Formats: sequence, structure tokens, C-alpha cells
Amino acid sequence: MTTLAERPDVERAEPARRPNRFRSDRTTIYLLLLPSLLPILVLSVFPLLRGIYLGFTDARAGRNVEVSFTGLANYRELLGDELFWSSFKIGLLWAVGVTVLQFLLALGLALLLNQQLRFRGVARVLAVVPWAMPPVVVGILWKLVYHPDAGLINEFFHRIGADGLRTNWLGDFSTALPAVIIVGVWAGMPQTTVVLLAGLQGVGRELHEAAAVDGASTWHRFRHVTLPALAPVIVAITSLDFIWNFNSFGLVYVLTAGGPGGKTMLPMLFAYEEAFRYGNYGYAAALGNVMVVIIIALLAVYLRRRLREAN
Amino acid sequence: MFGKPSRTSRTLQYLALAGYLIFLGFPLVWLLSTAFKPPRELVRLHPTLIPDNPTLQNFVQAFTEQELGRAALNSLQVSLASAVLTVLVAMPASYALARFRSKLGTAALGWVLLSQLFPFVLLIIPIFLVLRQVGLANTHAGLVLIYVVWALPFALWMLQGFVRNIPRELEEAASVDGATRVQILRRVVFPLLAPGLVATALFSFISAWNEFFFALVLIKTPELATLPVALARFVGIEGTARLGPLAAGSLLATLPSLIFFAFMQRRLSSGSLAGAVKG
Repeated sequence: MTTLAERPDVERAEPARRPNRFRSDRTTIYLLLLPSLLPILVLSVFPLLRGIYLGFTDARAGRNVEVSFTGLANYRELLGDELFWSSFKIGLLWAVGVTVLQFLLALGLALLLNQQLRFRGVARVLAVVPWAMPPVVVGILWKLVYHPDAGLINEFFHRIGADGLRTNWLGDFSTALPAVIIVGVWAGMPQTTVVLLAGLQGVGRELHEAAAVDGASTWHRFRHVTLPALAPVIVAITSLDFIWNFNSFGLVYVLTAGGPGGKTMLPMLFAYEEAFRYGNYGYAAALGNVMVVIIIALLAVYLRRRLREAN
Repeated sequence: MFGKPSRTSRTLQYLALAGYLIFLGFPLVWLLSTAFKPPRELVRLHPTLIPDNPTLQNFVQAFTEQELGRAALNSLQVSLASAVLTVLVAMPASYALARFRSKLGTAALGWVLLSQLFPFVLLIIPIFLVLRQVGLANTHAGLVLIYVVWALPFALWMLQGFVRNIPRELEEAASVDGATRVQILRRVVFPLLAPGLVATALFSFISAWNEFFFALVLIKTPELATLPVALARFVGIEGTARLGPLAAGSLLATLPSLIFFAFMQRRLSSGSLAGAVKG
């Protein structure tokens, strides 16, 4: 790599004309791009379009099954499907709950990590570890923590003499969804924290100092200097978090598989069951289409609001 | 934030930090502790945070009895193949994207963002049907294919950034000295691109290693299952004594990505991948 370091900086100056052979032939470009674009077209773009189309058909599992176009029949059926409505409600609770909590906790942690505190290094490392774990492992890890007999939480309540609070966290109708949401927050917080921290480090010091000289309180400076400067980062990461959470699958599949009694049946789990347990491909694809439309609609409302606030 | 914060606000800050450390750290400690506990301590009525007699038995058991060993080998094969293929396929395209202005490049990058929107359910059924048609459903080759395609948009985006960091003047100088284009690519671009290639390969390796949904749907033969699928299946087996090997297997499954993150940490914290070329 030393060759680069020795490069004299004067070379940066634009040469009068560049040798033209680098942009000469279009065929070369396409030949270079082909090995990447072909697989993406065949195994990503095409399946996606076909998947959207399947949502308007009665496709079912099995070889040589006649597939016919049924228009909106799947969606009419969805509207009358109680399981769909409950899964949809759970999905929204999950996605909004996880995204909001994730954001608030991550913002708090990022603000702390941005200060000269002791143990900051430990916290920085710990804050990244959950990000590095495969979702299945995160699920297993929290299954151990929530375990009714051998779990950390129940043992903690026993130690502090609150045996009455011990419960089967993932198996109880009332605690299952909140318990799963906490896991979602834990798993997704690191990435949000890292992004927000990077954003915080870009907030100008001068502005802060000027505001401090003017006698603005810490809260005022946070509200009127830090937050506005951070707004674009916040909008971007919360939007992405929401999409990822709404489409998440592996974590809850391992934790509860949608149980108990469908209390944690996220839309993705519901669609997976429809497709691969009951073989209703068309119906599952229709569900996928509905999810896309909902995500786009919610994001549009959210982004428009933020935009109006910014103006 | 500036000047001396008051004593109380400092105390509050440390309290908050302690709260975060507990929330983030204790589940990890519990996984470690469970992985090193002998069966007798696992079934104890009131488990302890630190094992009395730590043992490696769970790790041995995880890889002998529960066939996690084979699953790990499967995962290793699939992930390595995905990493190598992704880099090979992405290398020429990323060079083209970085060096020539083209609408296709913008389209490829747009696809990265757009593809995030769509739930896997929409993709998986047609992919499953396509793979079955060409006889690749329920094979590692089919899985590798999907992983490569899935990693490609991001890999392209990442790698073309690395190419952009190589000064065009170096190539032009070589060209003036009479080097052919192939020679330029081999002698000038390739060596400077090495860190970028490694980073891209690692990214592709990790996404394949951690992936669960496609592996769950596409692989039906238990002997071909990858590590996440095998672990998830392992969860279904009842009995508290089983938790030890399960925790041990989970720890080992995390190692590759931990190493990856340690490797990337410098770049993550420096906020850009720009330093990679100067190595």
C-alpha cells in the first residue's frame, strides 16, 4: 500500500484531457455489468414481480396445479379473515412499539456515549454485540433469559423476594407480546445507537457553545440545537427500523412461533404459515402485497409530516 | 455538555449508563453462564449467575449428539461459497459502476433501497418455484445462489466505493507507460482493491451465515440444514438439561460475526470506509 502514500499530491490537479480509451466502448461496460445484473434480474426482480402477481391468483402448493387469475378475491377474503386482522394489529403494535422504544433508548444511549464518561468503552462494545448476533441466536438467548424455571428474570424476582412476579413470560397471554417487543428493542437498538451517535458527532460544537453562552439550559440546547440538527438522521433510521421490524421473522419464530394462542402472530409468521403449512401461495402473496401497501402508506404519512415540520 | 455539569446530573448520567449496561449485558452473561454449566446445575431449582463447576461438556455435546457439527460445516460451506461468488461477480460490475457513468448503476443502487420494502414472503414463493423447476430446491447450490443475489446490491454499492477511492491517475499513468487494460486491472487496481474485496467477502459471508428464513424454507433434508435452522430446531426439544448444549451452540454460531464486527469496528467508528485504501 506504500505506493499510494508516496503519490505526490500535485497529481490531484485535473489533467487537461484524459485518455479517452477508459470510456470508449459501451459493450465493455455491459459485459462487466452482466454477471451481476443477470442474477439480480432472474432471482430478485422477476420473482418479486411474479410474487406481486401471485397475490391476484389462486396459486396453491403442488406440482402441475392450474393457476388462474382471480382479481381481488384474495383481498376480499383477507378482509373477512379474523386471523388476518388480529395478526395485522399485532404486527402494527410490534413494529410501532419496537421502533419507538428502540429510538428513545438508542437516543439516550447515544447521548450518554457522546460524553466523557467512564466505562464508555465497555458500553460501546456492549452496544454493538447484539448487532453481531444472528437473529436465531438472539431468540435463543432471550428464551434462556425468560425461561420459567431456569431463566434469569424469574430467578431475579425470587432473589429479591418477589416470587409473586414470577411467570411464564413467553407462554402467558398477557406478557407474551410485551416480552417479545423487549427482545426486538434489544436486538435492534445497537444499530440505531451507532447511527445516532455518528449523527451527534456531526452536530456543530460552536452552536452549542453559543447557546450555552446565551444562557440556554441543557434541555433547551437539546431541544433547539441538537434535535433539529439530528432530524434527518432520525427520520432515516426510524423509517428503516420500522420497515425492518414490520418485516421481521426469525426472532419471533424462534421465541414463540406466534404463540401463545396467536398472541405474537406477526404478519410475516402468518404469511409463512399460510404459504408453507397450508400451501395457499396466492393468499400468502396477497398478504405480502397488503403489507407493502401498508408500509408505503405509513411511511408516506410519516415522511410528509416530518417534511412539513422541517419547513 | 460543556462547562462542568453539576454533581447530580453526573450521578444521574452514571445511573442511566449502569441501566443500559445491565439491559445490554446481563442477557449475554446469562448465555455464557448457561453454556458453561454442567447438567446438574442447569436443572437446579434456583440457578446461579456464575456456574459453580464450569465445564466444556456442553460444547462437546452440542457438536456430537445434536449434529450441530454437521450443520456448522454446512453453514461454513454455503457461506464460503457465497462470499467467493459474490466477490467474483461483483468485482467487474463495481469497477464499471465506479468508472463509467451509467443509468444502470443508479438503478442497481435504487434496488438496494427498494428491495428492503418488500417482505420476503413475496420473493420466497416464486424463488422456490424457480429453483424447483431447475432442480435446485433443497440443495446448497440453490441456497448459495439466493444468498449471492441477495448480497449483491449491497456488495456492489460497497465495492464501487472502494474502486472510487483508487485514484484514476494511477491507471492513466500505467496506461501511458504502455500497460494494457488487463495488465492495469491486474497490477494496479486489484492489489489496491484487496481490502475492499476482503470487506465485501466478509459482509457476504456473514449475511449467509446468519440467514434463517430462506434456509428454513428451501432446505427440507435435515442433513443439509444450516446452523441457524439446526439451532432453531434444537429449541423445540424439551428439557432443561438441553439448554446447556443449546447455549454452547449459539455461542459458537455467533463467533464469526463477532470477529467480523471486531474487524470492522475501526471502520465503523471512523465513520467511513475511506481509510481502507490507504491501509
